[in-house]
Amino acid sequence: MQRTLRKFFPLFVLPTLIAFVIVFLIPFVMGIYLSFTEFTTVTNSQWVGLKNYITAFTANQEFVNALWFTVKFAVVSVISINILGFAMASLLTRGIRGTNLFRTVLFMPNLIGGIVLGWIWQMIFNGILYHYEMTLTYDARFGFWGLVILMNWQMIGYMMIIYIAGIQSIPGELYDAADVDGASGWQKLTHVTLPMCMPSITICTFLTLTNSFKLFDQNLALTAGAPSKKTTMLALDIYNTFYGRVGWEGVGQAKAVIFFILVAGIAFLQLWLTRRKEVNQ
Amino acid sequence: MKKIMALVLTLLLALGCASALAEGTTEIYFLNFKPEIAEVYEEIAATYEAETGVHVNVVTAAAGTYEQTLRSEIAKADAPTIFQINGPVGLQSWKDYCLDLSGTEFYEMLSDKTLAVSEGDAVYGIPYVVEGYGIIYNDAIMEAYFASENKSTEYTSMDEIKNFEALKAVVEDMTALKDELGIQGVFASTSMAAGEQWRWQTHLLNMPIYYEFRDLGGENTILTGLDAAEITFSYGENFKNLFDLYTNNSVTAKGLLSNKTTNDSMAEFALGQCAMVQNGNWGASQILGVEGNVVADEDIKFLPLYTGVEGEESQGLCIGTENYLCINSQVSEEKQQASIDFLVWLFSSETGKAYVKNDLMFLSPFNTFDDDEMPEDPLSREVLRWMDMEGVTSVPWTFASFPSEQFKNYVGDALLEYLQGSMDWEGVTQVVIDSWQSERALGA
Repeated sequence: MQRTLRKFFPLFVLPTLIAFVIVFLIPFVMGIYLSFTEFTTVTNSQWVGLKNYITAFTANQEFVNALWFTVKFAVVSVISINILGFAMASLLTRGIRGTNLFRTVLFMPNLIGGIVLGWIWQMIFNGILYHYEMTLTYDARFGFWGLVILMNWQMIGYMMIIYIAGIQSIPGELYDAADVDGASGWQKLTHVTLPMCMPSITICTFLTLTNSFKLFDQNLALTAGAPSKKTTMLALDIYNTFYGRVGWEGVGQAKAVIFFILVAGIAFLQLWLTRRKEVNQ
Repeated sequence: MKKIMALVLTLLLALGCASALAEGTTEIYFLNFKPEIAEVYEEIAATYEAETGVHVNVVTAAAGTYEQTLRSEIAKADAPTIFQINGPVGLQSWKDYCLDLSGTEFYEMLSDKTLAVSEGDAVYGIPYVVEGYGIIYNDAIMEAYFASENKSTEYTSMDEIKNFEALKAVVEDMTALKDELGIQGVFASTSMAAGEQWRWQTHLLNMPIYYEFRDLGGENTILTGLDAAEITFSYGENFKNLFDLYTNNSVTAKGLLSNKTTNDSMAEFALGQCAMVQNGNWGASQILGVEGNVVADEDIKFLPLYTGVEGEESQGLCIGTENYLCINSQVSEEKQQASIDFLVWLFSSETGKAYVKNDLMFLSPFNTFDDDEMPEDPLSREVLRWMDMEGVTSVPWTFASFPSEQFKNYVGDALLEYLQGSMDWEGVTQVVIDSWQSERALGA
């Protein structure tokens, strides 16, 4: 059996490998190459060296502004989504009536696409702001908190499911032992539940962090960067650079490469930090 | 039985593939710029296919996204064979893809050869429509105002409105009487939603920029503009005059304008909620096509964009074009010829001309059209009336010389902030001057 498996291993892997190479590896390498060139279409390019990378930062402040906006957004939303998600999870693991219903309802926003969600929430926010003769694009802060609320609404349910799985896998004896030692509810949370949930926390912070950085459709549908690009996030800025200005496709590509390095770097750092805290069971 | 079925199905499938391949060689791909007439093009394509057997694939880019759509479509193996550019600035970005059209039948049809976008002897873009814009007004409401006993101005007809001063007096008085006139505001919403700001950051901005370049002399403000590394925005106050008039007497409160689209504005006009809206003759289909349209054809009239410049009594509508058709030079010669044939058919055959006149409602610059074959919609007739008027000079579309799309967007963003109170007029002026300079430098 083992030998047969080993013999046919390449054959079984081949379809996935081909797909991976075609839809990921080749575009990725091409993308990095194109970031060093000036091009109108991907098959028609000229080498310009590091020029695009310099332009990305020096021509205007849009990329840097988008970067700061994204960082601020990521910090706020990672914290709020995880705290709220965990709170929901611990509420819905206590066997209250209707647990399954609540779990389903809370998870459902995650099944709706980002563009649709963006439009829906834009209507809700504008409906409220209408009474004050304002819209969501009146102030950049409105857009910021609008995005945070939208992302919380969408992601909390998903994170909650992961946390529920984590909480349910904690052996009951640990709580019994804590009771015997006379631990309070808070002590049980910080000394038993949280350390035992570390793998879930790793996953959830990873997902929320990378999603916050990569956010595009919600941003596009909710504010599209208005007013004056003050609510543009990184991905939208890259898109605008690539498509918005003739001759800047390479600059957009350069921004995208920087974006990739940044997200990958942050994700690895975060994985390394939270992994260290995980307990071996 | 099953085996036979399978065999038949396979055969059918193979046949389908084969016929699809055969068709592929003469297929035309037309990337349309004007969403408001997308449906008409679909119909034209169907008629053309029925007549000649050549399949025309019409794809329409959403409002404000033509450049993006063209960029991604042209990279495909099945690239657009007919696309359009917005003038000399657009040509610079797409020159590699523009076929030299000099000597083609399509170019020969153009009555005024200077209208084409060319470089040296090569002709790259051919205009297919001449358009005019200004303030569209509803004459019935204006008449009601002039007949009103409560009005406090001495004007008695639209013929007396010849400058900004008169327009402002009338508009502000109308706002005071809006309940009596049955309108919600004099002007339709100043649409400021993303991608819907072109009526201000392009069309209205044309006025101050035109006057600035006119003062510099030279025969053509567009050519002067293309050479201008920077501007002073010396007529900025004039822009502010009219823009403030729009927003202070609008159907919609200033803070809510960022939600409004051009369609909203045109619908407000068609439903009689307002008396005026700034737009061009292409908007005719949007007024006439709105369900519940209460504006009679003969009541739809044009007024020039008066901004308070000295001597504007002789100023006419803004007449020009930014719609030039190009043939993709990188597709097969067969497809290029098929594309040219299609355009020649559209603008010279009886069937094609009927579509152009009745459905597309284009004022075409081609010699294949007789005088009585011009469109009959009220706004096109108004454009012709203003063009022929004694002692009135049309304003050219100087915005063809604006440095880039981004320039317009920066100005649009600044205008939105100005409306929402987070930027003063000084700030807007600075944005116009600075972004002209930086965008021109980037494009050079």
